[in-house]
Amino acid sequence: MELIKPGTHIQFTRYRKIAIILSSAVNLAVLLLLFFKGPNLGVDFAGGTMVHLRFQQAVTIPDIRRALETIHLGGGVIQDFGERGGNEYLVRLDKTSVELGALSEQMKKSLTDKFGAGKFEVRRIESVGPKVGADLRFRGAMSVIAATIMMGVYLWFRFDFRFGIGAVVALLHDVLVTIGALLLANYEFDLTIVAALLTVVGYSVNDTVIVCDRIRENMRKVRRESLETIINTSINETLSRTIITVSTAIMVLFALFFLGGAVIRPFAFALLVGFFSGVYSTIFIATPVILMWEKGAKKR
Amino acid sequence: MRRSVLVRFLIFLLAAVAALIYLTPTLVKDPVKSLPSWWSAFLPSDRIHLGLDLQGGSHLILEVKVDKAIENNVERARGELANLLRERGISGVSVERQGAQIQLKAPAASVERVRGVLKGDFPNLEVANTQSGGGSTDFFLTLSKDELKSLRDYAVDQSLETIRNRIDQFGVSEPIIQRQGQSDILIQLPGIQDPERAKEIIGKTALLEFKLVDDNANVEEAVKNGPPPGRQVLYGHAGRGDGAPTAQIPYVLESRTLMTGEYITDARVRPSQQLQGPYVELILNPTGARLFEQITAANVKRRLAIVLDNKVYSAPVIQERIGGGRASITGSFDIKEARDLSIILRAGALPAPVEIAEERTVGPSLGQDSINQGITSFIVGGALVIVFMIAYYKGAGLLANLAVIFNILFMMAVLAGFQAVLTLPGIAGIVLTIGMAVDANVLINERIREELRSGRAVRSAIEAGYQHALPAILDSNITTFLSGVILFQFGTGPIKGFAVTLCIGIFTTVLTAVYLTRIYYDHRMVSRKLERISI
Repeated sequence: MELIKPGTHIQFTRYRKIAIILSSAVNLAVLLLLFFKGPNLGVDFAGGTMVHLRFQQAVTIPDIRRALETIHLGGGVIQDFGERGGNEYLVRLDKTSVELGALSEQMKKSLTDKFGAGKFEVRRIESVGPKVGADLRFRGAMSVIAATIMMGVYLWFRFDFRFGIGAVVALLHDVLVTIGALLLANYEFDLTIVAALLTVVGYSVNDTVIVCDRIRENMRKVRRESLETIINTSINETLSRTIITVSTAIMVLFALFFLGGAVIRPFAFALLVGFFSGVYSTIFIATPVILMWEKGAKKR
Repeated sequence: MRRSVLVRFLIFLLAAVAALIYLTPTLVKDPVKSLPSWWSAFLPSDRIHLGLDLQGGSHLILEVKVDKAIENNVERARGELANLLRERGISGVSVERQGAQIQLKAPAASVERVRGVLKGDFPNLEVANTQSGGGSTDFFLTLSKDELKSLRDYAVDQSLETIRNRIDQFGVSEPIIQRQGQSDILIQLPGIQDPERAKEIIGKTALLEFKLVDDNANVEEAVKNGPPPGRQVLYGHAGRGDGAPTAQIPYVLESRTLMTGEYITDARVRPSQQLQGPYVELILNPTGARLFEQITAANVKRRLAIVLDNKVYSAPVIQERIGGGRASITGSFDIKEARDLSIILRAGALPAPVEIAEERTVGPSLGQDSINQGITSFIVGGALVIVFMIAYYKGAGLLANLAVIFNILFMMAVLAGFQAVLTLPGIAGIVLTIGMAVDANVLINERIREELRSGRAVRSAIEAGYQHALPAILDSNITTFLSGVILFQFGTGPIKGFAVTLCIGIFTTVLTAVYLTRIYYDHRMVSRKLERISI
């Protein structure tokens, strides 16, 4: 079987202006969204407490709210979680369990009064103090930035400075696109999302590496061709590999997204978006940046 | 060539057998029962460790409030200093504490003698600043830098030790208790059923104090307008009715602490007697026994309040001198509370209060659900990839699938062998590895196809395919590995688990996808049957 027929020769670099304008617009939109709407921070980063409840029978959010009113939770948000009909809910509180005292004990009591003993179950509690939250936020952002720069440095040493720059620009694009998708889908940002972003950085650079490797090889082989032609040839030659690899990755990610459970779903979602973006950015961002860097250098 | 193929094949076979041996304890239902006894004697018998998010349990990070410990120490030094100055007959000196600093005000006449006392008897205090004026001199004293450092370390280490004791007595299997950073303590309690109770036991400062009740004081007046000098108001519970907001009874106590819990050698729960609930009996060491005897002898017919963490548990009237070093704490608690109290008293007080900075608790049912869902997505995702690879590459796809299966086998074996912890994101990492592992074979296969198209013979096409694909495979795996390392540095618990599977997966991927599949082609080459390949 062959997805991409041999001899395919798409002039990818022709679309570079449109691609760069489009991507810049998207990235700008994400940045605006990030600053004005702000990310929906999970307890890892915002501090506070999250309690994950499962009920035996169908209950409504107002029911739960009424049951919990007696213990004055303060700033509580209650939302659906997981599969429809699973009767699982997340109760989100601004305070930590320290401030609330024996939180789940109180909660259990109020819920037992309302719904009866054994009708519900506390599945998960996450509580993070505000200081830890701020610290994790800082370290999370730093680690993604550090990883991006590290990839650039690696490509600089292995290949060329231009390639490093191209990779870093492409990775920033992928991270921003992933963040934007998470913002739009209204997923909470927590530690697993940072893990997903770092993984996106790690895997998305793979495509760039593969194409750069081929560009270098072709540059040695054919010295007379222009860089633009070499880049196009290299992207075309590696195109079927790119598509197949992304396909297999997406197969497992879909499996994780649909079957892996609600806890891991945001993680799978972020990877799905990031991997797609990674392929796009290698072809339409990293290589054009390399090309433009080269042209800029010649002018000087 | 033929020999090298055989040797490589045998090495892989050996590795696969070793991997299976490492995985056997994980794969059998109950390793203790179903594995023969010689197995555990000679072969690895540890299962893959599951993270708290999969097996259920509590992860806590406690922050030791070291500043509080320092203040306590400064306060003690202040008391000693004031006493010593009085004993030496240096009068007119006031000694006050402000936070972690002591302010000493001395009249000009006694400044030199004060300096002498400070130098001679308080080497741990440093004069941070002096101010003279109006016929007196102010000394601002702090603890020395070395003293501060050792105090901080002591507070954290001692807290760790005490908490370890409490957890051991509470009974949790395989807890992890370790210092983290400057003043944090990391605690992991796998499979714990009642996390609230554990937190209650771990987090109590458990400072036990004996203080006299001031029966002459007007309690209402003291509650309303604040206690008179040298007195304090503390509260006790009237009764612990289930649920009902417990009424608080105020007590006016003399601020001076007669004795603390540091002399306790043992604490036991005693069953209830007649109308009373169960109580906790304290056994004191000889010094404590002597002290307690003196205190009770001197205060017969007065009430002695037993105060734990500034809460009055009981305030019985001292009927007579109590010798023998036994004291009891009564109070209206049930047997469970009495037992928790005795654990805390036995393990001793924390040198400083602790605060829970982070808590993550996962119930056992969610953990099991996560395992099941993880396995389902692993099987479905794996099956999709396997079918796709066969459809796309036929024979070469089959070979790549074989490599993936060995890859997973080795990955799990390394997890078991290194006692790494498998978490939910870790499972996701394994699933992801299946999807990404075939990339190496895709690169090789695409390259072989290209070489074939350019007219090379099968043999040299394979040779060139592997040779040209290798640098790209290595580079792309190294970059992923680097981000895995950063992830490991950054992450906590579950995330670390993901980073670990990611990094292990990279090694096993390169090993199986490149070297294992190569053995097959080399075998075909030496047996001279390589005219056509299915790719």
